Amino acid sequence: MTDAMDRAPIPPARAGGPATLGRCWAAATALALLAALPGPASAATTKPAAGSQPNAAAPAPARAASPAAKAIRIGFLEIESDARYDELRLKPRGLAQPLGRPYAGAEVALRESRFVGEAVGAGFALEQVAGADAKALVEAIDRLHKDGVRFFLIDAPGAVVAEVSQAVRGRELLLFNVSAPDDALRQAQCQPNLLHTLPNHAMRMDALAQFLVSKKWRSVLLLEGPLPDDRLVAAAFERAAKRFGVKIVETRKFVLSNDPRQREQGNVALLSAGADHDVVVVADSDGEFARMVPYRTVRARPVVGAEGLAAAAWHWSWERHGAPQLNARLEKQAGRQMADPDWAAWVAVKTIVEAVVRTQNAPFAQLRDYIRGDEITIDGFKGNRLGFRPWDNQLRQPMLLATHNAVIERAPLAGFLHQTNNMDTLGFDRQDSRCAF
Amino acid sequence: MIRPRLPAPIACAVFAFALAATPAAAKDTGLVFVSSENDNAVTVLDGKTWQVVKTIATGKRPRDMRLSPDRSTLYVIASKSNRVDVIDIAQLKLTHSIPVGEDPEMFDLTPDGRRLYVSNEEDAQVTVIDLATRKKVAAIEVGEEPEGVKFSPDGKRLYVTSEVANMVHVIDPATNGIVANLVVGNRPRRFAMTPDGGEVWVTNELGGAVTVLDGAKNAVKGRVEFKPKGFRADEVTPVGITMSRDGKTAYVTLGRANHVAIVEVASRKVTDYVLVGNRAWGATLNRDGGLLYVVNGLSDDVSIVDTASRKVLRSVPVGRVPHTVVVDD
Repeated sequence: MTDAMDRAPIPPARAGGPATLGRCWAAATALALLAALPGPASAATTKPAAGSQPNAAAPAPARAASPAAKAIRIGFLEIESDARYDELRLKPRGLAQPLGRPYAGAEVALRESRFVGEAVGAGFALEQVAGADAKALVEAIDRLHKDGVRFFLIDAPGAVVAEVSQAVRGRELLLFNVSAPDDALRQAQCQPNLLHTLPNHAMRMDALAQFLVSKKWRSVLLLEGPLPDDRLVAAAFERAAKRFGVKIVETRKFVLSNDPRQREQGNVALLSAGADHDVVVVADSDGEFARMVPYRTVRARPVVGAEGLAAAAWHWSWERHGAPQLNARLEKQAGRQMADPDWAAWVAVKTIVEAVVRTQNAPFAQLRDYIRGDEITIDGFKGNRLGFRPWDNQLRQPMLLATHNAVIERAPLAGFLHQTNNMDTLGFDRQDSRCAF
Repeated sequence: MIRPRLPAPIACAVFAFALAATPAAAKDTGLVFVSSENDNAVTVLDGKTWQVVKTIATGKRPRDMRLSPDRSTLYVIASKSNRVDVIDIAQLKLTHSIPVGEDPEMFDLTPDGRRLYVSNEEDAQVTVIDLATRKKVAAIEVGEEPEGVKFSPDGKRLYVTSEVANMVHVIDPATNGIVANLVVGNRPRRFAMTPDGGEVWVTNELGGAVTVLDGAKNAVKGRVEFKPKGFRADEVTPVGITMSRDGKTAYVTLGRANHVAIVEVASRKVTDYVLVGNRAWGATLNRDGGLLYVVNGLSDDVSIVDTASRKVLRSVPVGRVPHTVVVDD
C-alpha cells in the first residue's frame, strides 16, 4: 500500500510543467468515449470470434446516428499548491486525511456515465482548472460560465470555498464542494447554489459520538491541537458530545514539539495521565500529532478521531453495495486507494449525471431544482438513497467508522432514530440550521 | 408438496454416506444447493429434512448458480477465481472449471445449454462462453457493474442490468449486439419473466421498486412499489425475484426490509409480505411452486417459505454470506 503511495502521490494530470494560473485541461474524455465506444477500457477486451459484433454495444442505430449529442461540461476547480495534498503530508496515510487529489474520483464517475448519457443523447466532459487562489478560481468560473458551463466542482480549503461561493452567489450555476469539511460553509456562510457532497465536521463527530455511546465509552479525554482547523474539529466534537450524552472529562491542548519546556503538551503520556476516561478523542486536522497517540497513552485506552478509528465518507476497505468495484476503478484510475474527497467528487459528478438522465437533459433551472429536490435518488454505494438537505444543501449520507484497514460500523448506528430520516441524526438537522439562503 | 422425489432408501443413503452413496441417475435428487460467498463452498441440503448432506469446495467467492437444462450439471460462478466451477450432480463433485473473465457475478445459459453469458462486474462486459470447447467466444461491452443476466424463454433476447448506469441492456444473442438500452430505477439488479416473455420484471435495489418492461416493445411499462408495514422507504431494497411457473405470482426479496413481497403479476398488486431473515436476496421456487427458498446474506441462513400458507417453515443455517439457492427437483 505504501509503495503505491510512493509511486503516485500526485495525480498524473499535474505531473508535467510548472503550474500556471488558470491553466485548463480540456479533459473531454466523455466526448471521445461517445465517438469511440468501447473506449479506453476496452483495450483490454479480448476480440470476439469472427461473426459476432460486440462493439455494437455502441447503442441502437437510431442513437448512434445522432452524434450531435450535447456535451454537458463540468468544471473542476482546484488550488495549485494545496497544502492538504502535499506529498509529505500524504505519505503517512493519516486516517482522516486524503490519499491524493480528488480529480480522480470525478474521472471515474465520468467513465461510469458513458452508457446512460447516450440514452438521453447527452455526453459529459470534465474541464480541470488550477488556480493560485480564490480570485483565480472566480475568474475561471467567469470564463467557463460564459462558455456555457453550469456545473462546477470545487476542491479547495474552506476559506477559498467561502470566498468563491460568495463571489458567484446568485449566478446561474451549481458549485459542489468536494473537500472542505467546515461547518460554517453549511451554516452562516451557506449559499443557495453551493452544495456539499463531503460530510462536514458535525456529521463526522456525530457519527463518532454515536459509536462511543453504543460502546458505552461515555467519558472522553479530548486532545486538541493548536491549528484553527483543530478548534473546528474539537468544537464539532463538543457539540456532538452534548447531543448524544458523552462526557468530556478533560480537554488538553497538545503541541507538536519535543521542547522539554513544553513537555506537558508534547508528551502523550503526560497529556493522558489526568482524570480517568474510557477513550481518547484526538482533534488534529493535519494528523501529524495524532499518529503518535495510540500506544503512547498512560492507560490502555482506545484512540479515536484523527487516528485509531475515524468517521469517514468513504474507505477503501468498504465491501458492501458495490464498493469493491468502485474501489477497483479508482485504483486503476489513480494508482492509489480511494478516500473521502475522491468519493465526494465522484458522487458530485454522479449527481449531475443522475439529474440529466432523469429529467431527459432538461434546462439548467430544472436540473438544479431536481438536484436539490426530494425526488432524486443518488447512489453513493453506501446502501442508502442519498439526497441534499433542503435547509443547507448538505448531502445526507451514512458515515463509515473505519480503522486503517476495516470498516467497523456504519452510522447512523442502530437505535439512533429520527422522526423522518435516520441519516439526519448526523450533522445539522433542520432545527439546528443557521443557514438562510 | 414438500416431499422430495428421491426414493426414501436413497435419501437415507445420501444422508448417511453423503457422497459415496449418491445415485447414478441424478435427476430429481431433491437436493438444495446454496452458494456461500465467504466460505468458498456450496452447501448441499437434503430436500426433505434440510440437513446438510455435503459441502463442496469451490473457487473463491461463489455466487450465482444454475442447473444445466438436463439437470445433470450445476454451474457455479467463483467470482474471485474468475471462473465457473462445474459440479456433477450425480457425484456431487467439482469436475472442472472454466475461465470466464475478470470478476464474474451472474450468468444465464442459452436454453439449449450450450453457451454461458456471464456478467463481468469489474470489466463492464458480458462474456460469452462456449461450454463444449470451454472457451470464450465473445465479449459484449455494457454499462458499469453489470449484474443480472437472463434469457427470454425463447432464447432470442438476453437482458442484462447495469447497476451503475441504471439501465437494462437488451441483447440479441444471434449477433451479440445491443438492441436497446432502457433506463430503469436506481441500481437495477435481477430479472424474472412471464412464461411468454411478454413482461420482464427487474428489481431496483435503491429505487425500492420493480420496473416492468414490455418484452416485445423494449419499453418501460409499469412499476411495482413495496410498503411493508413498519419500514421506511429507505429500508426497502429489492434484489431477488422469481415468478411461479404459471406466471401468476412473483416473489420479490426486499433486502434490508427482511421480507419477501408476494405480488399478483396481472394486477401488479402486492398481496402479502412474509418475514424472512436478515438481508434477504436470492429466492428460488421448487418445481411445483409449493416452497420458496430465500437466502439471507447477513444472517447466514436460508428461510423456507410454504407458499400456500405464506409461513416460514424453517430457517436453515448454511455457510457464511449465502448468495444463491438452486433446487434440483
